[in-house]
Amino acid sequence: MLDWIKSVLSDQFGFGIVLMAVLLVAILTAVAYSILLERKVSAWIQDRFGPNRVGPYGLLQPVADGLKMLLKEDIIPRNVDRALFILAPWMIFVVAMVGFAVIPWGGQFRWPWMDEGEILQAQVASIDIGLLYILAVSSLGVYGVVLGGWASNNKYSFYGGMRAAAQMLSYEVPMGMVILTVILATGHVRLESMVVAQTGTFFGLHGFDWMFWYHPIGALLLFISALAEANRTPFDLAECEQELVGGYHTEYSAMKMGLFFLAEYAHMITSSALIVALFFGGYLLPGWSWLNTSESALAMFCRVGVFGFKILFVIFVYMWIRWTIPRFRYDQLMRIAWKGFVPISMALVVLQGIVVYAEWPQWVTILGNVAVVLVVAAAMPRGRPVTGRQASLERKVQVSGG
Amino acid sequence: MDSDQVEQRPARDWKATDVICVDQPELTTAERLYLPQVFGGLATTFRHMFKKRVREQTVVQYPEQKREMRKEIYRGVHRLNRDEQGRVACVACFMCETACPAHCIHIEGALSPWEDREKYPIKFDIDELRCIYCGMCEEACPVDAIELTPEYHLVGSTRDEMIYDREKLLMVYDRTKEDKPRKGPAVTGY
Repeated sequence: MLDWIKSVLSDQFGFGIVLMAVLLVAILTAVAYSILLERKVSAWIQDRFGPNRVGPYGLLQPVADGLKMLLKEDIIPRNVDRALFILAPWMIFVVAMVGFAVIPWGGQFRWPWMDEGEILQAQVASIDIGLLYILAVSSLGVYGVVLGGWASNNKYSFYGGMRAAAQMLSYEVPMGMVILTVILATGHVRLESMVVAQTGTFFGLHGFDWMFWYHPIGALLLFISALAEANRTPFDLAECEQELVGGYHTEYSAMKMGLFFLAEYAHMITSSALIVALFFGGYLLPGWSWLNTSESALAMFCRVGVFGFKILFVIFVYMWIRWTIPRFRYDQLMRIAWKGFVPISMALVVLQGIVVYAEWPQWVTILGNVAVVLVVAAAMPRGRPVTGRQASLERKVQVSGG
Repeated sequence: MDSDQVEQRPARDWKATDVICVDQPELTTAERLYLPQVFGGLATTFRHMFKKRVREQTVVQYPEQKREMRKEIYRGVHRLNRDEQGRVACVACFMCETACPAHCIHIEGALSPWEDREKYPIKFDIDELRCIYCGMCEEACPVDAIELTPEYHLVGSTRDEMIYDREKLLMVYDRTKEDKPRKGPAVTGY
């Protein structure tokens, strides 16, 4: 029996299946606790305590929330498109979960009982087109939102779904461009190879040669696009409560609503993992070359921990931003995407392309990024801020109070 | 105001008098880039995350801590006051029922068994779920028989339970008279 388990774990496919099961549980737990973290962070930012009744420091709150979601009455309104209505939350949830398959959690390693020369990849599926897979899958997420909005037969839900669709399509473009830049810079499409490509020495620290240093603007664009993709504030126009009641999930209740919730946070974790893997060295711990390159199982587990902490930090930044910045107006959102992000990310692709073609050293892109910032600052439209209709209308006399 | 200045303005020109044209301020480059402002905001919220003392001072953790209230003016559950002899002070004049904007008071009057007044209520129901706690009944009452108390722990498991009848309202008086003594009878001395 023990031998059989060992042999299963030594096989990449068998290990992938086991890892999948472990990940499913781990991710769902992480999602539940990130909801608690979200509530805690929001409370602290607003000088409150947050949930502190269930268990010590409210740590059992996710259990209570989950139970509540499961036990509540599951209402399916009469006039909805039943099949799509039931499909939508599952669609968005499954799509959010499958993205984890290609995340390189801990790099290459070997169990103590394995022969020298055999090697395992600590990820569910080590496929050649890892990044393209993530792009393809995360774009599917919009189907869940649109279907949910459409099937609800409610105009607010419908508006929410439509907004989400347009927004996700728009922000996919700069996201793809930035990812293309990283592909150009590292010469890989496999996520695990991209992380390995950042193992070099920077400022005398091993494993600190992060893409972030060469493309800070790219990292910023990817982060903001990921916010928009995940429908998080300040880009949560698809579900803004003040305008659309609850957006695409207005009509949902009980566990279907819960699935939308879980999917949102699972999506956050996927995109954080992507950002960390692309720009912040994935599982690499700066200045500790043994940990970064060793093939022992212990080092692998440590690397998974490092990766987890980096993801946790990015998620914290997501929440921090959510409780700081007010929501964009819809035209602002579109203007930022098409007039701001798309040209900038295109410039980055061209920049990186030139650097690769001319075989210049990689640090040239740092200068290029500075140049991009300067050009953007210079090219910003002068004058007063454009607020919606004002640009097209004649100025009218405004009545001031008093 | 200087009378000369008033002279210069045409008397009927509303634009010149009370309407001012306000332009939005020009933004600096940093403000237009938006990100520096975002980082400023993030710094502010980050500071607040560690203000543990502020949290502890401002938040009232309800079941353990309770807010200090101004008992004289707080508008909570109603009560029916008793007079000095322990009888219900209400004279069944229907003023409160008439004044009530939520129509939550229902009174049935009858001839009073006592010498000093004509009528008294044999039924006095207040639907505490319908009530909006505006205090109009208290304003309307000529004998200060109905009053709102500082009690706000108003619970019940059915709707019927939340309709307070005469006895229950008198019980509320017994319970709250130490906290908020009855005001002196205004006109009649009941």
